[in-house]
Amino acid sequence: MSQVAYEKIFTRPESLKPVPTHYCPGCGHSVAHRLVAECLDEMGLRERTIGVPPVGCAVLAYNYFNFDMVEAPHGRALAVATGIKRVEPDKFVLTYQGDGDLAAIGTAETIHAANRGELISCIFINNAIYGMTGGQMAPTSLLGEATTTTPGGRDPQRDGRPIDISRMIAICDGVVYVERCALNSVKGIRKAKKAIRKSFQAQLDGLGFSLVELLSPCPTNMKMTPQQAWEWIDDQMMETYPPGVIKDTTGYED
Amino acid sequence: MPSEKMLMRGSDTLAEAAVRAGCRYFFGYPITPQNELPEYMSRRLPEVGGTFIQAESELAAINMVLGASAAGARVLTSSSSPGVSLKQEGISYLAGQELPAVIANMMRGGPGLGNIAASAADYFQATRGGAHGDYRTPVLAAAGCQDLAELTFDAFDLADKYRTPVLLLGDGLIGQVMEPVIFPDPIDPADLPPKDYILDGCAGREPRAIYSMLLGQQGELYHHNMKLQEKYQEIAEKEQRWEEYQAEDAEVIVVAYGTASRIAMAAVDQLRADGVKAGLFRPISLYPYPKQALRDLAGDKVKVAVFELSAGQMVEDVMLSVGERSEIYFYGVPGGVIPTPADVEAFLLSVLKGDGSVGRRVVL
Repeated sequence: MSQVAYEKIFTRPESLKPVPTHYCPGCGHSVAHRLVAECLDEMGLRERTIGVPPVGCAVLAYNYFNFDMVEAPHGRALAVATGIKRVEPDKFVLTYQGDGDLAAIGTAETIHAANRGELISCIFINNAIYGMTGGQMAPTSLLGEATTTTPGGRDPQRDGRPIDISRMIAICDGVVYVERCALNSVKGIRKAKKAIRKSFQAQLDGLGFSLVELLSPCPTNMKMTPQQAWEWIDDQMMETYPPGVIKDTTGYED
Repeated sequence: MPSEKMLMRGSDTLAEAAVRAGCRYFFGYPITPQNELPEYMSRRLPEVGGTFIQAESELAAINMVLGASAAGARVLTSSSSPGVSLKQEGISYLAGQELPAVIANMMRGGPGLGNIAASAADYFQATRGGAHGDYRTPVLAAAGCQDLAELTFDAFDLADKYRTPVLLLGDGLIGQVMEPVIFPDPIDPADLPPKDYILDGCAGREPRAIYSMLLGQQGELYHHNMKLQEKYQEIAEKEQRWEEYQAEDAEVIVVAYGTASRIAMAAVDQLRADGVKAGLFRPISLYPYPKQALRDLAGDKVKVAVFELSAGQMVEDVMLSVGERSEIYFYGVPGGVIPTPADVEAFLLSVLKGDGSVGRRVVL
């Protein structure tokens, strides 16, 4: 008997299908997908999970995630997830939503699902721009940020100010955990995974609604290289959206 | 066993019938004149282990319905005209994703906020799809409480059989009035046939996805649409429902549905007592429209008189059904004003005399 020459120490999570994605080079979605998939695998949740993707760049997430998923109309993911969770309280339900989906067209659904304390984990991808439609202003776009619909930069008088939906929902009593992380560094990515895990645990323990906001690079629509997009998150985005725990009443020890 | 005879309000009847038809989930938003329905569900569903949620909007409510349906449940939402307009987006998704659900519309006067009186001006919206895309939904129109007791069962069965949203139409009057009802045999949700498409976790099987977006270059959306059209064709062939009353030897047949048909029936009774050969044709399924049955009653010796609580919507389906076989007349009252049987009698007599004093001749 010969010895095995190599040992596999890194592989694709079972919760991700073995297919290429349509995401652009440097996009944060691929990283976020992988983190969600790793957490589901490690917590043994894949076969109990029902996911609701957004309308936006992640609209095709059901082609990549290897568990049950249902499409929701733009902004309605948390209403759809509410219907699922109320029928199947023993299943694990997550939404995966972008800034336009969650903080513009779906603001009411977001706030009210959070306020009801729905036992749902919400992964919120904030890239400060509309990706799928080609770079229009997002509710989370920064002041001065140039987009295809704010060509001279976002003007607070005309366009309003960037919305911080994570802090808004944190004041709701039904919300037990909100953390903002950034996907532009290895350290940030590791933190994000811990946060996602905690959010999942809060649902399993029946504590209430939780949301993990992920500051995510969109180099294509920012017209930047992936490296520049990472730096932009550090230099610009974190000023408006500082990473950290926004609310935590879970009582979990890190 | 069918139930004992009970005296119940229309909204309560629909709600109770839904529970007896195996529905354990209701998501809705208040709007007059149908508030008694969600109120009834908020009391009743917890008694049978079900869930009632007052949603933050009609948009949220219909999408909670979508989620519950994807999870395999029989699920109901109800509203009235302006609220049903808001639900249209979700209804299009339900149709595209082939998810069953029952949507009750206790119609009120429109357009806009209109008023809260009984009206039937949502016929086009209900029967022509209502939102974007090539789809239809079966539409069942009740004329009273006993109808609601039975058609609610029918609506849930159609929804599950064809994996489609089904609209159940009443109006502000039907929702508020109390009448004796006998409910069909109750259904235990556990006895309903299993559904092979629902999302309940992928243990022991491949993951499932329920979606309506089909971007593929090989004409996926075309093929999906053609599959939907085949389904609508099957529904059109098999699911027409109607009632005829004194129609066999009638010289004038009034075509009316919902509350209008109750008024028309009283008018027919009075005219028959006076020796006038009047009859009633009541479509129960507005989509699919009972075209052939109506066509079979038409002929050059029969005048067809359409009476609606609208400015004229169903009359177009009557024209498509009857064609030039009979003269067609229309009398409609929009805006929540309810005519009396005497008004409809006058319409039918005017049609027979051809004096044009009430209503108008419709020309193809």
